[in-house]
Amino acid sequence: MSTQTASTQSSDLLRFITCGSVDDGKSTLIGRLLHAAHALPDDQLSALADESRRFGTQGDQLDFALLVDGLSAEREQGITIDVAYRFFATPRRKFIVADTPGHEQYTRNMATGASTADLAVILIDARKGVLTQTRRHSHLVSLLGIKQVVLAVNKLDLVDWSRERFEEIERDYREFAQRLDFEHIVAIPLSALHGDNIAQRSQHTPWHAGPSLLEHLESIEISTADASGPLRLPVQWVCRPDLDFRGYAGRILGGSVRPGDAVRILPSGRQTRIARIVGYAGDLAEATRGDSVMLTLEDEVDASRGDVICAAAEPASVADQFETTLVWMDDAAMLPGRSYLLKLGAATVGASFSQPKYAIDVNSFDKLAARTLELNGIGVVNVSLDRAVPFDAYADNRDMGSFIVIDRYSNQTVGAGLIHFALRRSQNIHWQAVDVDKQARVRQNGHRPCVLWLTGLSGSGKSTIANIVERQLHALGVRTYLLDGDNIRHGLSKDLGFTDADRVENIRRVGEVARLMVDAGLVVLTAFISPFRSERALARSMVGSEEFLEVFVDTPLAVVEARDPKGLYRKARRGELSNFTGIDSPYEAPATPELHIDTTRQTPEQAASRIVDALFERGIVQRHA
Amino acid sequence: MSFSHLRRLEAESIDIFREAVAESERPVMLYSIGKDSSVLLHLARKAFHPARLPFPLLHVDTTWKFRAMYEMRDRLAREGCFELIVFRNPEAERLGINPIEHGSARHTDLWKTQGLKLALDHYRFDLAFGGARRDEEKSRAKERVFSFRNAQHGWDPKNQRPELWRLYNARKNPGESIRVFPLSNWTELDVWQYIRAENIEVVPLYFAATRPVVERDGALIMVDDARLPLHKGEQVQQRRVRFRTLGCYPLTGAIESDADTLDAIITEMEHAHTSERQGRIIDRDGGSSMERKKAEGYF
Repeated sequence: MSTQTASTQSSDLLRFITCGSVDDGKSTLIGRLLHAAHALPDDQLSALADESRRFGTQGDQLDFALLVDGLSAEREQGITIDVAYRFFATPRRKFIVADTPGHEQYTRNMATGASTADLAVILIDARKGVLTQTRRHSHLVSLLGIKQVVLAVNKLDLVDWSRERFEEIERDYREFAQRLDFEHIVAIPLSALHGDNIAQRSQHTPWHAGPSLLEHLESIEISTADASGPLRLPVQWVCRPDLDFRGYAGRILGGSVRPGDAVRILPSGRQTRIARIVGYAGDLAEATRGDSVMLTLEDEVDASRGDVICAAAEPASVADQFETTLVWMDDAAMLPGRSYLLKLGAATVGASFSQPKYAIDVNSFDKLAARTLELNGIGVVNVSLDRAVPFDAYADNRDMGSFIVIDRYSNQTVGAGLIHFALRRSQNIHWQAVDVDKQARVRQNGHRPCVLWLTGLSGSGKSTIANIVERQLHALGVRTYLLDGDNIRHGLSKDLGFTDADRVENIRRVGEVARLMVDAGLVVLTAFISPFRSERALARSMVGSEEFLEVFVDTPLAVVEARDPKGLYRKARRGELSNFTGIDSPYEAPATPELHIDTTRQTPEQAASRIVDALFERGIVQRHA
Repeated sequence: MSFSHLRRLEAESIDIFREAVAESERPVMLYSIGKDSSVLLHLARKAFHPARLPFPLLHVDTTWKFRAMYEMRDRLAREGCFELIVFRNPEAERLGINPIEHGSARHTDLWKTQGLKLALDHYRFDLAFGGARRDEEKSRAKERVFSFRNAQHGWDPKNQRPELWRLYNARKNPGESIRVFPLSNWTELDVWQYIRAENIEVVPLYFAATRPVVERDGALIMVDDARLPLHKGEQVQQRRVRFRTLGCYPLTGAIESDADTLDAIITEMEHAHTSERQGRIIDRDGGSSMERKKAEGYF
């Protein structure tokens, strides 16, 4: 086959997405297209006839919508839940259709479908015209970088095939779409239910000079296989079958490559040349964007998974802070400052987000003030990574400028982002090397540093226990410092409240201070409710796992509420305090703390002794000290 | 139509193979000896060439496959094309489960669904490649390329991770395993065009030949060995038939055909009016049969 040749000019595969509201007839349209392209075999058609009688809404006629609504729950409720992919082919082209729902999960599903599409078919009910949903769908499609749009004006049979109505809708849409980034819009009058202008031009619309929908989809020029632009090849897998061969496997996301080409490996910046493009049936002379290849390099330079091999003359940018458009896809809102994972190309790195500069109202395109992004929210957000990665702007290269966000705990994909540009400020701050280091301080102190991170409900006894521990350690000659929740909030964090986002920022600051103190050689005690697992994990990752002991001060809610030393639970129950942990804000108990203190079975003194013993056992403090 | 779409599909599948291997600890490829498995194997070799396959092949056997399938599997394994693990569910073996006495549903559940779960648990594979395609069946159309299974190997179609661009999230929770489908975007026709373009060996049963069959419940069942009892009035006939899909021989219907070359098969397919899985008897129990089986752990 053609793997040995270089040409990718002709695009005989078109991927498109269909967007419409629940009743616009989207599933019917797709069913019609499949039928028109003879993609529906007899046994599926007879099964469809059977199901149409049982579940259908079209009387004795075939209900094409049932064909597309694949899951049984959907069939019963008459809605499409998720993204489904359909396949059909005509003698001229193969098509992959992403069918996405038009209702509440629209943003997440439509972004998913649009991310791989070359074109969007936007359905409009001729009776209703351009609706809020039409604008929302168009905006999303434009945001994801789709340039080609078909405006499918459906149900024209219900407005007596009115040319005036069709032209009015087309005019409305074009006027609105001027604000979007489309290059090409074609409007087609349709009746999906009756098949008019689907494959053949309809006799009901003699005034329509343009093509039928299928003719248009077959003939439109698609420039997705564009091999212009500089080489981009993320290293996906390093191939080392024996000592003599070191190959770099990956998919070309930009440009093309030939043996002898000068390349630069990012982020290291090392330069070399391409030695071979290793093919299954012999070496290749060239490979281009979209190809999966195995390369060898002329010099023994080190490149590993996540690095990007770039054209030496036009390398990608490297940065650890960007401005991005972020689409949030999780039930739990995005929390500024929380540590997430970000996957970009073949690299997975730690990341945190700023408060949104603004959120975008997808209906009106208005910029809204926002402190976070909720499910299906879209906003412009700065992202900060724990190491620099190579990238291009999404507008220049969709595959080099897109990323997904992964929650560290659920491992769910919780967001998707498009990179605008790098923020430069981080590049000018370098680490200052110092002569007196942590090891020197450890030798002088006679003990190792660590953080004892006490977590538990308000009133569980964290501060009381921490105080006793600090007294005992002080008596042993250990250099200590106690960071107490209430005290920190009078100073370092006095600008923060008690929303989830503020709690995350508070813990980030405490973690950073604790890290500095550990570097200074101290045994640091912290007494904070710190209700979220991910923030405690963030603190742990800042300090380093071997110097971080999580101590769960476990007191049941009923017990702390009965004790209520500061009267706070009573206030919270009366509604005078909001976001109070345990009452209207969650406490996520540690799954595997280093120490678990059950205060219903131990006095504070016993608990403190256990903690000090743990420091002896771990060799942080010596018994004879 | 030119074939640049095959090149795109091939590149995508290779990309998926490499990504999955880079992100997993103990991958395995499920090998059913059918045409999709043959294409999958070919793509896997291309993806990792010049290295050997970085994973073994697992055949979850039912003891009821066609003889020609076992012949090809064993010959390729002998030739050193891959490391092969054959797993048979010990319980199904002990109970002597078979499609004749126990029916297709029980047979499939014990040998294939339960057998697969046991095999994956036994070898502690955390990621399994499969040859399923989205065009095969309605519920498959919604499956992700990286599809997660809980510790019981169940599939929750309403709680799938969104898959955007070419970015696959392969991070799994404790107990979870991943099914990866590199052929997700291929159609049956693509598979045959690729087999022709790359000259990939497939089991000869896909090509028309005169074979002994009986007509049973409207299907043509091949009499592949002596284990198939003839019902009253049934007569073994010599017919010119071939198979579009291969499973357990008593559960797989043949079609009458003269297509004995790849060209003829492709021409026949371009004019076909029935779907590929139409010969699969296990698919016919009610509209959501496949979705239910998958929720229970069928591949």
